[in-house]
Amino acid sequence: MMEGDIVQAGAGAPQSYGTASVASGRTSANLGDILERILDKGLVIAGDIQVNLLDIELLTIKLRLVIASLDTAREVGINWWENDPWLSADASRRAEQRELGGAETDLRAENRRLRGRVSELEADAYGGNGARRERRTR
Amino acid sequence: MTHEGVWVYAVVDHAGGDVFLPAGVAGTSVRALTAGGLTVLASNVDLAEFGEAALRRNLEDLTWLEEVARAHHNVVDAAARLFPVLPARFATVHHADASMVAAFADRADQLRAALARVGGHTEWGVKVYAVPKQRGAQPVAAPAAVSTSTGAGTGSEPGAGMAYLKRRRSEISAKRESSRTAVASAREVHVELSGRAAQTRLYPPQSPALSGTKEPMLLNAAYLLDAGGAAGFASLVGQAAAAHPDLRLDLTGPWPPYSFAGQEA
Repeated sequence: MMEGDIVQAGAGAPQSYGTASVASGRTSANLGDILERILDKGLVIAGDIQVNLLDIELLTIKLRLVIASLDTAREVGINWWENDPWLSADASRRAEQRELGGAETDLRAENRRLRGRVSELEADAYGGNGARRERRTR
Repeated sequence: MTHEGVWVYAVVDHAGGDVFLPAGVAGTSVRALTAGGLTVLASNVDLAEFGEAALRRNLEDLTWLEEVARAHHNVVDAAARLFPVLPARFATVHHADASMVAAFADRADQLRAALARVGGHTEWGVKVYAVPKQRGAQPVAAPAAVSTSTGAGTGSEPGAGMAYLKRRRSEISAKRESSRTAVASAREVHVELSGRAAQTRLYPPQSPALSGTKEPMLLNAAYLLDAGGAAGFASLVGQAAAAHPDLRLDLTGPWPPYSFAGQEA
């Protein structure tokens, strides 16, 4: 495989590797991937419209409701590995539904927790900008 | 009456001349402005949609956000194919050219240094997922386990039930072990890929709802690569995928260096 020949996955490599995202170009780039990169990343030059930075920060926090934390992902991973494929197809479907239901409940709980956190941050943000998080102080 | 603001896409290393770029946010045309010897790509936007109150409202609307995010990305991405770029944070809006130019000119030296650091580099994203082991034993063992456990459920076959529980326990611990191994493998992959990168950045793994895949994501990383590093990166990822059959690697890129534009070296 030569340079630029990105679409071709190595022999034995998983078929999904590289192909879809690279071959189809950026117009169809995954929205999550784009938002992850543009929302609170990039060059920060304060605009005249200052409030949008706060808005974005809040939005980003909200977005993280759907972006699992590393620990959560590991938990999900472990749940997944523990998923019981040894039961009958029917039971395994039920287990899957239970798992999905559980994930939803977890998400709701996380949602509630993050909403609380958002309120705190909102209070902080409007209370005084001196206490902004370190990644915004440069 | 329409009040206009200026939406910023990126600072580019490009001295003058026309730039042909896709339409910007809300279908606006992108202009190149000079600020402190740098070129800033921007377009005029209606403050009724992109003003303070409107942004506050619109950013909460995922449909609006997607449209604007994609338009913003298309411009930055097209520019990045032509010149070294320093992508601006999304939703950087000024009231007029003059204040925008002043804000960028004030930090021209810093911006030039950042351009030198990330400009000419591309960003590549690698997501690593754990994949299930395809064991031949699985479909064979399953029917036996089902029939036995069904019997045990009625309390008629305690011996078989105990055997089933024992087997389940060892299966579960084997799966836990696989999970740990997969996480360790994902770390190895990251260390290896980092060797090629000028900088790296780790993102939180995306939830299955966002990634659109059922498999757990173990790594969500961005790598800043120079031209030489980018050239062999895809094959490096391919090799890593081949070396770790318990992982699936998903490569995206090249991206403009979004994840590294705001970071100090």
